[in-house]
Amino acid sequence: MALTESSVKPAPRNRAKFFIGGLLIIAAIVYLIFTSTQASAQYFLTVDELNQKGVDVNGREIRVSGAVVGSTIQYDAQNLKLTFEVAHVPGDNADIEAQGGLAEVLHQAVIDPTRSRIKVEYNGVMPDLLRDEAQAIMTGRMNENGVFVAQELLLKCPTKYEEAVPAQAEGG
Amino acid sequence: MVSNFGFGALVITLVVSIYGIFAAVYGARKNSLAWVESARKAMLLTFPLISLVALSIIFLLVNGDYQVQYVYNVTSSTMPMYLKVTALWGGQAGSLIFWSWLLASFASAVTLRKWQRDREFLPWVIVVSLVTLVFFVGMSIFIENPFVRFWQTAGGSEAVAMFQPTGATPLVPFDGRGLNPLLRHPGMVIHPPMLYLGFVSFVIPFAFAIAALITGRTDDRWIRVTRRWALVAWLFLSLGLVLGSRWAYDVLGWGGYWAWDPVEIAAFMPWLSGTAFLHSVMIQEKRGLFKRWNMILIILTYSLVIFGTFLTRSGVLSSVHAFSQSAIGPLFFGYIGVTFAISLALLLQRWNALRSEGEMHSLLSREALFLLNNLLFMGILVVCFWGVLFPLISELFTGQKVTVGPPFYERSTGPLFAGLLLLMGVAPLSAWGHSTVKTLGKAMWKPFVVSLAIPILAYVLGVRHFAALLAFWLCAFVALITLYEYYRGVAARMRRSEENVFIALWNLASRNRRRYGGYIIHIGVVLMALGIIGIELFQTETQGTIPPGGQMALGDYTITFDKLDIFDTADGRNVARAVVSVERDGKYLGQLYPRRDYYYDSQQPMTIPGVRSTMEDDLYVLLVDWEPISSTGVTFKIYHNPLVNWLWFGGFVFIFGTLVASWPDKDPETVRVRSAKRKLSPSEVQSAD
Repeated sequence: MALTESSVKPAPRNRAKFFIGGLLIIAAIVYLIFTSTQASAQYFLTVDELNQKGVDVNGREIRVSGAVVGSTIQYDAQNLKLTFEVAHVPGDNADIEAQGGLAEVLHQAVIDPTRSRIKVEYNGVMPDLLRDEAQAIMTGRMNENGVFVAQELLLKCPTKYEEAVPAQAEGG
Repeated sequence: MVSNFGFGALVITLVVSIYGIFAAVYGARKNSLAWVESARKAMLLTFPLISLVALSIIFLLVNGDYQVQYVYNVTSSTMPMYLKVTALWGGQAGSLIFWSWLLASFASAVTLRKWQRDREFLPWVIVVSLVTLVFFVGMSIFIENPFVRFWQTAGGSEAVAMFQPTGATPLVPFDGRGLNPLLRHPGMVIHPPMLYLGFVSFVIPFAFAIAALITGRTDDRWIRVTRRWALVAWLFLSLGLVLGSRWAYDVLGWGGYWAWDPVEIAAFMPWLSGTAFLHSVMIQEKRGLFKRWNMILIILTYSLVIFGTFLTRSGVLSSVHAFSQSAIGPLFFGYIGVTFAISLALLLQRWNALRSEGEMHSLLSREALFLLNNLLFMGILVVCFWGVLFPLISELFTGQKVTVGPPFYERSTGPLFAGLLLLMGVAPLSAWGHSTVKTLGKAMWKPFVVSLAIPILAYVLGVRHFAALLAFWLCAFVALITLYEYYRGVAARMRRSEENVFIALWNLASRNRRRYGGYIIHIGVVLMALGIIGIELFQTETQGTIPPGGQMALGDYTITFDKLDIFDTADGRNVARAVVSVERDGKYLGQLYPRRDYYYDSQQPMTIPGVRSTMEDDLYVLLVDWEPISSTGVTFKIYHNPLVNWLWFGGFVFIFGTLVASWPDKDPETVRVRSAKRKLSPSEVQSAD
């Protein structure tokens, strides 16, 4: 994009210095993007993928998405220690749509005992949205006991606001 | 009834808009004023029509007609009136209507202006506006219809449809589900409309740019006509971004204001390209350079505006903003792709006509520094784009989804933002056409030496963070130079026309409002930068559980937990409110009331911080868990955010500066004549001296 700037034609003897100056800046920006990407890239995995990779990912920063299993949530409010399990949900948006939308996929993941799960540990305040069948998107690392230690926890509850037909209307 | 009426008005809008497009194209082709006039009337008619649609929705929302799915989803009977009205933009279907309404009103306002000098633009401005409108209205009719209702079919099941299925009876829920509690905040009432105002206003400069490309009138007329539109668009976009940050700081309870969330970035990207555009059009006006580049920038801004609207509303990316999900994604991408391709094709067709009128000579001239400014803004834009798209790119090439988080953005945009700050200091002192290190150094050395006092002072006070010292120096340098510019202008006026300070200042700013308004904006940016440095580099936090009467300390501050009240409110909340006393170095400062609201209808809790806010720092106290209250006590999380208030204060200054720069002139033509003359005068630095 920025290369179109050469359309601003400086005098020929000047052109070289503008060209070099522009190139230097573009190179600096590319370098910044490249090194920052390397330094902070995180693998985005599903629970299945994480279980398959196993030892491979130990100690690497990764992002995992899964369905929160409500019955496993344990919160120690004094030490701010939160543990729960998440069940596998597909990572592909098209898959999710094909299986009836995110709410349905999350529900199925939680009630299906054969789904692969991982244990999650999080030190901090229990988030407002953490509840059964919420989608958790977590950033963190696997520890040697196979527990995923999350540094960041992002939650989505699609059921809450995206229901097509009101449940309470059935009586009326 | 009202639903059918509103839907009917929506369909008529679509028909009228499509007619307008054809009439305008035909009129322009055949050079027929009557057809163009007819298209103009069609454009004007869309405004009352969409107003009727919007009013129908508001009527349904206010009256609580819960048979309508949209009303059911975004309101409930316990919500106050102002939230029911503003629920118009609380969900996706309503937001699209609101967007269309804004577009129709702006485009109508444009068609009402005097067109004598640029008659040939009119039909194409109408075409671009109406094509955009048709896209949004069409989406409302066919995919995101705000008027669909619930029905009980003869078979006993429930259905959602616009019209009554045969044998079905209306299904009316007792109450709606209510707006997401996170959105029930005064900031949320005005933040989306501000962003939308900004988004939609950028359609107008784009429409003129396309009109200029189609008609081949490639001088800078389109820029002069739409300069104010672009500034106003930028004003609202900035306001929307600042309000959104403030809302996040007040409501989301994580002690921050900006999370590099994809949706934030989606709103930030058109702002970046728009900012680059606002700067580089000045070069085209003054020196006749950058013509192609300006076209590219406005086309890009338009695409990013549509992209931003789509991202904020589609839920394609995992984000705190993804309150809604829908299948409109492919359509949006299709529309962006097609309009972008057509715009680029038009641009290539006029490529040679858009040749620069002049040349750049010196690397340190004002225009070269503006070019550098554009490169840096584009650099930040590329960083954002890369960050948002990286998961998709990496999945494409490696089969593995890899994402980047806030550290990526902070690391890669930090130096670029610092570069922009430095340019803000240097550029106002460089001359048009030609500058050398010597002339620039001569103009700059005094403020430079004085500005060094600030980092030295900070060092003496104990700041050892290198980036912070550098950033403080940059802020001081830019602020000094900007104030110095004001001083020189005022002093020159006082000498020349013997005005007193205030009159001189007033006259100075009102004679060249874009320049001096721009300087106020720069001061605002410096103040915001102070706040950002404070919270990003010096934020500290602690958390712990204390019994009533217990204490917790963070830095110089100590908080004492006095008591906790739990009560219900009339609007369906259960509130747990803690009272804490704040002391600093043993001196009592007052009480804070961090609380937690639990919304019964949506079963969602919300954490509202108690904040003690001064220009020096914020003490931000969160009530974390209130249930085991008796013996174990209450858990608090405390953030100490130094200087963060300068961020909001700088935001005010920033907006004020934009208002100064964009305030309508009494007679735009005379201003144009004056600025045309300025082109001939020697460099502004010399004339001011």
